[in-house]
Amino acid sequence: MTYMNALKPLCFAALTATAVTLCSAAFAAPAEDGLYAESFAAMKGKKVVYMPNALGYDLTEGWLAGLKNEAARLGFEVIVRDPNWNIDAGVQAMQAVVREKPDLLVVQPPDVTSYSRLIQKAQEAGVPVIEVNQMTTAVPDVFVGADWYAIGVANGEAVVKACGQGSGKSGKVAIVQGLITAPASITQVRGINDVFAKHPEIKVVSNQAADWTPSKSNSITTTVLQQNPDLCAIIEAWDGQAVGSATAIHDAGKQGQVFLATSGGGEKTACDNVANGSFTHYVSFDLWDQDRDINNLVKLFLQGKFSPGKQKLALYTPNHEITKENLSARSCWTMDEVKKSGG
Amino acid sequence: MSQGRAVADRARPHWRPTQEHIVALTACVLFVVFAGLAPGFFSVSNVVSLMRSVSILGVLALAMSIVVIGRGIDLAIVPTMVISVAFLITLYAGGMPAYLAILIGLGIAASIGLIQGWLIAYADVPAIFTTLAMGVTVYGFGLFFLVSKDVNYLPKEAVLFREVGSTQIAGVPSLVLIFGLCALLFHLFLKFTPWGRFIYALGDNPDAARLAGISVRHITVLQYVLASVTACGAGLMTAASVSSMSMRIVNSTMIYDILLVVVIGGIGLTGGKGGIRNVIAGTVLIGILINGMTLMDIAYTSQNIVKGCVLLLAIIIDTLLNPRDEQTAQQGDI
Repeated sequence: MTYMNALKPLCFAALTATAVTLCSAAFAAPAEDGLYAESFAAMKGKKVVYMPNALGYDLTEGWLAGLKNEAARLGFEVIVRDPNWNIDAGVQAMQAVVREKPDLLVVQPPDVTSYSRLIQKAQEAGVPVIEVNQMTTAVPDVFVGADWYAIGVANGEAVVKACGQGSGKSGKVAIVQGLITAPASITQVRGINDVFAKHPEIKVVSNQAADWTPSKSNSITTTVLQQNPDLCAIIEAWDGQAVGSATAIHDAGKQGQVFLATSGGGEKTACDNVANGSFTHYVSFDLWDQDRDINNLVKLFLQGKFSPGKQKLALYTPNHEITKENLSARSCWTMDEVKKSGG
Repeated sequence: MSQGRAVADRARPHWRPTQEHIVALTACVLFVVFAGLAPGFFSVSNVVSLMRSVSILGVLALAMSIVVIGRGIDLAIVPTMVISVAFLITLYAGGMPAYLAILIGLGIAASIGLIQGWLIAYADVPAIFTTLAMGVTVYGFGLFFLVSKDVNYLPKEAVLFREVGSTQIAGVPSLVLIFGLCALLFHLFLKFTPWGRFIYALGDNPDAARLAGISVRHITVLQYVLASVTACGAGLMTAASVSSMSMRIVNSTMIYDILLVVVIGGIGLTGGKGGIRNVIAGTVLIGILINGMTLMDIAYTSQNIVKGCVLLLAIIIDTLLNPRDEQTAQQGDI
């Protein structure tokens, strides 16, 4: 008898739970409009592999923060594979992706070729591929990222304006590339060279690669400034490495005399560097925009029935040119903001 | 009289060029070549900036040399530098007083050296494997627990730090002076202290050193602790010169550059040979090479080819001049 008594509340609880579940199934979504329930259900529990070339810097952390925000809202899972600049580790992680077959791969390739073969294999295995910021020779389903050519052109034109005809300057320019096999660097330099080809008064006195590291950029720029005290401008392929050049210019006592043009995702440090005169001209491919683009594509791919490898689409991020004159509180973002509400 | 001459003859049978001489000569030749080919090379200010750009590499090479002379190798030197300094910058940026942050950074470096030294001296694991594994461990541990950012910037308040990196005393950049000072200290340590002499003894023949009563294990531990702490110092110089510490340095070819300086300078990888003069000669040669190639705007890939060939040449010369001692060679030696 006591046994039955003890069971009573349990039975009651079970009945109530069943009733609640049935009711909620009948009135599944608060605003069923023919898509709501279906789209949420399509995304829930899906697996998205996110593979940057390394975590730990503004761009890759920002993309991840945006993805995570939407994943938390929509219930898909973000699996992070961080090869940490190591291409071998990256290739292994890509092979794992081909084996594990997640629902989507979001990858930032380190260079043009290393992942190409594996990106094709992933597509053949049924995994759609979104490439971020850098393209491989294998064409992904979608490319989202900076328009590197336009960035090169924008910085090239800014330099021509500052150092070209009528400026009274020497016209001597140094280019500090990133990693020479990285599309971000290659395409930018192409843009820069196309602009300079129309301006014979501009003379590229040095064209060296700093492998995305500030210390290397620092020693290159120190040497170049030594050789060319009348250097007019430096174009750096990325803000993360450009701080090296900025320090070299500062140490040579030439801040304000040498025009430093660079580009990046528009994190707060970059705007600070524009404000304090370290960067003269900054092209921002706004990471905030990219986060939205990436997330929109992720949502489409998780809901849709796309056949991987068939669509060839691209979303090039618009550029914003930032100088001391047009700098505003809205020009840049902070990591805390992106973590809170990015994507 | 004739006996005296005979002794002198025995001591100096006939003059043979050592690697140090060859390096010094090569450096001179390169200097003349670049002075002719690269515009802007032959000027006092360029030579000064040339030395500045390799001074950090030079300090790392000093750290490496002390280990190599004792017949070891420290492949964890770059991760040790990066993690200890990136962590101390993180602490400092988080509001910790500078001296405390630096002490903690040095402490971490010293502990890494201690662990490595212990494994090599007491657990008898060959240095090359110990330090290779330790490098990966230190980097992984640091990335996971200590430092979250890829590039760690010095906070704005670190004015003094920046000053140290950019000041010049009598036209000589402070970084070059620090390198000079370190070189002097290492030289005095190696030549005039018992521990320094023991390192040579140990490198020349570890078994004989042990039989002679030298506490070989303590000296081995000392070498690795010294190397790690010096590496942390080189990291502080980097932070002072570019206001930041980039984690990506670990993935760069820096460790090869360090070995290049050490080997090219003529410190035999078989141990017991060479000194600080060799490190300076090697550093200057690499400095001239890099600076000259940058001034001539030689493409990056070609620069690597040149550097690779020079390293290869240096190793060949090293093997010819310092042949392996069959009696004392052991497995794990390089």
